[in-house]
Amino acid sequence: MRMSAHRLESGGRIDRGRPLAFAFDGRRYEGFAGDTLASALLANGVRILGRSFKLHRPRGILGAWGEEPNAIVQIGTGETTVPNLKATQVELAEALEARSVNCWPSARSDVFAFLKMFGPLMPAGFYYKTFKWPSWHWFEPTVRRAAGLGVAPTGADPDRYEERHEHCDVLVVGAGPAGLAAALAATRAGARTVLADDRPVLGGALQWEEKTVDERPALEWVGEVEGELRAASNARVLTRTTAFGCYDHHLVALAERFGEQTARPIRERLWHVRAEQVVLATGAIERQLVFPDNDVPGVMLASAARNYAVQYAVRPGRRAVLVTSTDSGYDAAESLKPRGIAIEAIVDTRMDPGEVAARARRAGFAVRAGYVPVRVHGTRAVRAIDIQPLAETLRAHSTGSLLRLECDLVCVSGGWTPSVHLFSQARGQLRYDAERAAFVPGSGPKGFQCAGSAAGQFALRECLTDGFAAGRKAAKATGARSDAGISPIAAPERTAVAPFWAAPRHDHRKAWVDLQNDVTRADLELAARENLRSVEHVKRYTTTGMAVDQGKTSNMNALGILSDLTKTPIPQIGTTTFRPPYDPVTLGTLAARHVGPLYRPLRRTPLDSQHSDQGACFEDFGGWRRAAWYTSHGQSREECIRAEKRAARGAVSLFDGSPLGKIEVRGPDAAVFLNRMYCNSMKTLPVGRVRYGIMLSEHGVILDDGVCLRLAEDHFLVSTTSGGADRIFSGFEEWLQCEWPDLRVLATNVTCAWGNIAIAGPRARELLSLLSTDVDLDPKAFPHLSVRCGRLENVPARIARVGFTGELSFEINVAAGYTAALWERLLERGAPLGVRPIGIEALQDLRTEKGYLHVGTDTDGRTLPTDIGMGEALAKKSEDFVGRRSLERAEAKRPDRLQLVGLSADDPGTVLPVGAHVVADPKARLGSQGYVTSSCMSEALGRTVALGLVQGGRSRHGESVAIYCNGRLWPAHIVSPQWYDPKGERLNA
Amino acid sequence: MRFSALALARGAFSFHGNWPQLWRSPEPKRRYDVAVIGGGGHGLATAYYLAKEHGVRNVAVLEKGWLGGGNTGRNTTVVRSNYFYPESARLYELSLRLYEGLSRELGFNIMLSQRGILTLAHDSHQLKMLARWLNAMHLNGIDGELLGPGEVRQWLPLLNDSPTARYPVKGAVLQRRGGIARHDAVAWGYARAADTLGVDIVQNCEVLGFLREGERVVGIETTRGCIQADKVALAVAGHSGVLAAKAGFRLPVTSYALQAFVTEPVKPALSCVAVSMATGAYVSQSDKGELVVGGSLDLYPSYAQRGNLPTLQAVVAGLLELFPCFSRLRMLRQWAGIVDVVHDSSPIIDHAPVKGMYLNCGWGTGGFKAIPGGGLVFAHLIATGRPHPAAEAFTLRRFASGALIDEGAAAGISH
Amino acid sequence: MLRISCPWCGPRDEPEFRWGGEVPVLRPGPPEAVSDSAWAQYLFVRDNPKGWVRERWVHAFGCRQWLIVVRNTVTHEIRATARLTEPLPEVTP
Repeated sequence: MRMSAHRLESGGRIDRGRPLAFAFDGRRYEGFAGDTLASALLANGVRILGRSFKLHRPRGILGAWGEEPNAIVQIGTGETTVPNLKATQVELAEALEARSVNCWPSARSDVFAFLKMFGPLMPAGFYYKTFKWPSWHWFEPTVRRAAGLGVAPTGADPDRYEERHEHCDVLVVGAGPAGLAAALAATRAGARTVLADDRPVLGGALQWEEKTVDERPALEWVGEVEGELRAASNARVLTRTTAFGCYDHHLVALAERFGEQTARPIRERLWHVRAEQVVLATGAIERQLVFPDNDVPGVMLASAARNYAVQYAVRPGRRAVLVTSTDSGYDAAESLKPRGIAIEAIVDTRMDPGEVAARARRAGFAVRAGYVPVRVHGTRAVRAIDIQPLAETLRAHSTGSLLRLECDLVCVSGGWTPSVHLFSQARGQLRYDAERAAFVPGSGPKGFQCAGSAAGQFALRECLTDGFAAGRKAAKATGARSDAGISPIAAPERTAVAPFWAAPRHDHRKAWVDLQNDVTRADLELAARENLRSVEHVKRYTTTGMAVDQGKTSNMNALGILSDLTKTPIPQIGTTTFRPPYDPVTLGTLAARHVGPLYRPLRRTPLDSQHSDQGACFEDFGGWRRAAWYTSHGQSREECIRAEKRAARGAVSLFDGSPLGKIEVRGPDAAVFLNRMYCNSMKTLPVGRVRYGIMLSEHGVILDDGVCLRLAEDHFLVSTTSGGADRIFSGFEEWLQCEWPDLRVLATNVTCAWGNIAIAGPRARELLSLLSTDVDLDPKAFPHLSVRCGRLENVPARIARVGFTGELSFEINVAAGYTAALWERLLERGAPLGVRPIGIEALQDLRTEKGYLHVGTDTDGRTLPTDIGMGEALAKKSEDFVGRRSLERAEAKRPDRLQLVGLSADDPGTVLPVGAHVVADPKARLGSQGYVTSSCMSEALGRTVALGLVQGGRSRHGESVAIYCNGRLWPAHIVSPQWYDPKGERLNA
Repeated sequence: MRFSALALARGAFSFHGNWPQLWRSPEPKRRYDVAVIGGGGHGLATAYYLAKEHGVRNVAVLEKGWLGGGNTGRNTTVVRSNYFYPESARLYELSLRLYEGLSRELGFNIMLSQRGILTLAHDSHQLKMLARWLNAMHLNGIDGELLGPGEVRQWLPLLNDSPTARYPVKGAVLQRRGGIARHDAVAWGYARAADTLGVDIVQNCEVLGFLREGERVVGIETTRGCIQADKVALAVAGHSGVLAAKAGFRLPVTSYALQAFVTEPVKPALSCVAVSMATGAYVSQSDKGELVVGGSLDLYPSYAQRGNLPTLQAVVAGLLELFPCFSRLRMLRQWAGIVDVVHDSSPIIDHAPVKGMYLNCGWGTGGFKAIPGGGLVFAHLIATGRPHPAAEAFTLRRFASGALIDEGAAAGISH
Repeated sequence: MLRISCPWCGPRDEPEFRWGGEVPVLRPGPPEAVSDSAWAQYLFVRDNPKGWVRERWVHAFGCRQWLIVVRNTVTHEIRATARLTEPLPEVTP
């Protein structure tokens, strides 16, 4: 264990009583509870935390939170590893394992560091200009291996994620001074308030700025406000919660984290917050300064240096030079000096910084006004910085008045960029404020306000009053009427800034703009030279701002530099549009609970457990978990299916048809309505009878089929395919409500209310008659295609003589809750008859050998009723129906349309593969004339049979064709599909 | 200047101070032979092929914003030609063939990565659909292979292997020549090459209206003045309806937001493009290491270039069903493009109902892969007045005759 | 995520609804009196405006009633919702 040599002896908001051991790049260190990984590593003297993306330059810590571009780490191992976290945002935990990314073996000594020698060959967009010969494929694997940061886990995520919906009056994003003041005002005014902040503790910059609120230490005030909010019944405080996206109609998405290492039931939670009013107190981020060698480890944002020293009691260096173009940069000197960090000089790029410099000089600081940095000495750590008066630097290659300042820390303050991301996402307009050298919120969407430094108010005093006023206004807008009291106050401050987008070009030393992606000022110059002048082009060409930090410290600098280069004012160059997320969001959080078994759960039939007991192999058919076939010990899948088919053809079979759609249609106009929905006539259907029908879309295409049962003059039961029930029912409602509101019809989807058991086979009636029923089963009284309502085993039942197998069959509908009992009774009574449950596989074969089509299998999204032989039924019908006009178009009348036919392989043992095509030119194996849609071996016929859609097929019966599948050809004939029981004797038995 | 490694080395000595402009930013002339509206891939490629194939060089490309800023810069960069109908196969195969030679033709590396595209089937019905589709591809002369579950796993070792997976993978169709390309580079490469041939690319030039003489469109009123043009060509994807309205006609087009996102970059974790028939999610990994993920359209028409949360959540859930190990990766950027959807999801490349105007629209979610072919056939139509042989079926007339080319209808595999 | 005010149920989130197309679209008929091009207009051709549009939605996971929504396709703002039995709200750009 190493001593934390850079930890201050006292102070900081770390818990020195709780030391935590952790590892980075294989070395063991110790930190304290309250540390971030970055602060703990700094405390241990670790300066190089990462390598840059392209050139593998050594990089240290620049920031202290989400703006960090350099210190990207991989946490953990195995299936719970997380790549690409910012060390500045990782809360330290016991036994935390962290590694640097995109380098080997470690960030300290990376074998890929040689790549920086090739830097001159790799300007922005170099890959567009080369790697073309012989082909990009020669280079791509190497480039791919070199790219990428961390490593994705390879095992399934064992963690759990959740989501919650919250409705509130006022959402305050950010719990710095402005956000706290806003939440306080809104809560006191009586509004239901949610306050969310992405850090583990409230207070924002007050955690390290050592300021005073209401004449007492700011942190005391923070504590009081937190106490009041947590105690209030109308406020909810969320920490570790990042508001990452503003979506339509005031929906703000938040991601709440529960820590990486601690024991917890869930890892992250997605919040959908619908707030009437949103106050964005998201703060501002300090900018990097662009000058030569500004990427050497030891160059750090002034605010970050201060944050480390005050909040974490870490000394980020021993001798610091502060380079600033703002008044606020001076504050860092005042925090660092009393903590034993010598301030070598304050270098102010402004010629005349005014009062702030004078005060600093009075306090004993050496202030170099009008100086700019021209070089940093040291490659792995800052050793010194050269500065020069601006006037000298502007002269080419001048070394006049060059001043070398020895230091190990360069604190930079390039001004503040308000975090307007969420405001922009909410369609707020941004306005360039030259005085603040930043984009600030302009005209906003209704119900959104920015407050505090997010609105360009960089002084604490204004943050507090602005935030409080925003909170009060938001609460008032929601109708909250209580007195919010008065705003907290603080002393005035100076916050002047003079933009300093980049030090003048001194020599060819690289001045870095986007640190992670290795974008330099020269790259931006190159883009401008090549006429990529739109900010989006520059971004995409140079990749500036495209790294995982999303350019939070660099985008404004890039804009400023571009403005200088193209002599275009910044507002005209514009900022890129902000899109979610503000900070990267875990995919698992977005998916929340919709994963694993809860991702599109399968529907189960009332007989699900019966099927399980009988050894069913389940498959997903149209979203239902259905029995594909039933296993029987010692028998193969094929043998089982064959046995099932034998039962249906030779004895009796049971099939669970419960998923079949069932729609009740009632009312005086029910017949008129259904006559419009089906392409064949339903008006003429007598009560107690059943008719097969086909429904079309308005495009004339077959949408669904099934039988229609007329239970009474004004009462029909429409059955649909199992996958089509919801769609057809929704369609009924749409037609009834939107197109024909005059029809007196009520449609109800009763699919799940009724179970359905199909009894099929020559002994079906025999089986049914073993049960008690008041329905006369005699074929004369109850012929094929009729329906009877009565009682079966004393349970109300609807029994229809319909089926899909071609055998004598009864479909029995009983209330869903009775289905299982009926199923078991049928199996029990039918045992002597050889009854057997059959699955979908057997049913599909049975209906194929009968020549029955299955919509969606033997029809596709272009099949018209005329293509399947419904022409006659259509011709008989005089009334309009859905899709009728589409059947009159030229395309519908083409003789070479794909039509449903039987296909018979010349070798009766060959099962033509489903999906095989009738090939137009078998020699060249080119051109399709249609395809096989269903196919099976028919034991009943002693040969294979197939159905297919074939060009002009209905007039080609008898023609021989070649069938192609994946490189193979089979000879076959086009035939009529009426193979089995063509006279329907078995059906009508 | 020819782009090459040598040129880069030479550039290094001058600190890259000598590179010329990729294209000019000219003031628009008063008159052009052809004005192409829309500076995306299709518009730029059209201008390039007009100049190169037909010698029509007095051409302007008018772009409302920055070139390549519409769907060209907002897609998931997938290229493929695995189509069911011969009409589609012909057009998209033409496009893929052009893509295969494009880096060298344009002298600009578009980073075409033919890493293979796998379309995954998850149940027996989908497997049958895949077979129908694969055989159609073969009979169209397009490469394609049927993979079993074991082979799929070799391509996609990180696929969900849980025995209780909701959508276990039962097989896949692979098109090895499918893959991805660098979207911006396609726009920039065409822009640079067209510019070299004399085409004027005019950015920040929004169309306000059309100048007409009787029935005929004779020019364009823009934010940068009036521009006369013998022929006006529309290639504006999701905004086709808006410009059609300005010209006084309506189209069978509805504009939707199609969203996509990328994760933070990680080391290679996915070697090909994967598309799931069940979840609708598709994913590839960019050369930079970001997973690029797309899914279904937002469920209602929109011109807002932003995605909504419910669709994003559904797409992510679909992705995680396929690859549960990606759950801990983080989404870095989310965006949306406005796509022009027609009923059969096939393009319209035809004369507009107004004389002097030509249409290239209706690509829906699949426009990027069609850029070279779309540009070539559109240029042919504009220059000759007759449809290119590979684009004869893609007319406006088909909506009245019913001769739709609906890929999704045939095999359930669309866009 | 849209928040749509169902005239029967009050404001509800987007996932409860399903979009059903622009209105008004009149179904031409009788079929024998409709030209191919008029039928194609009805099936396929829409205004598809960039801006305000009237459309019908159904509260599919709620009361299952169809309703009229006046929505902006750029900002997604919803200006009005109405029952089908009410007069169609006016849209002025």
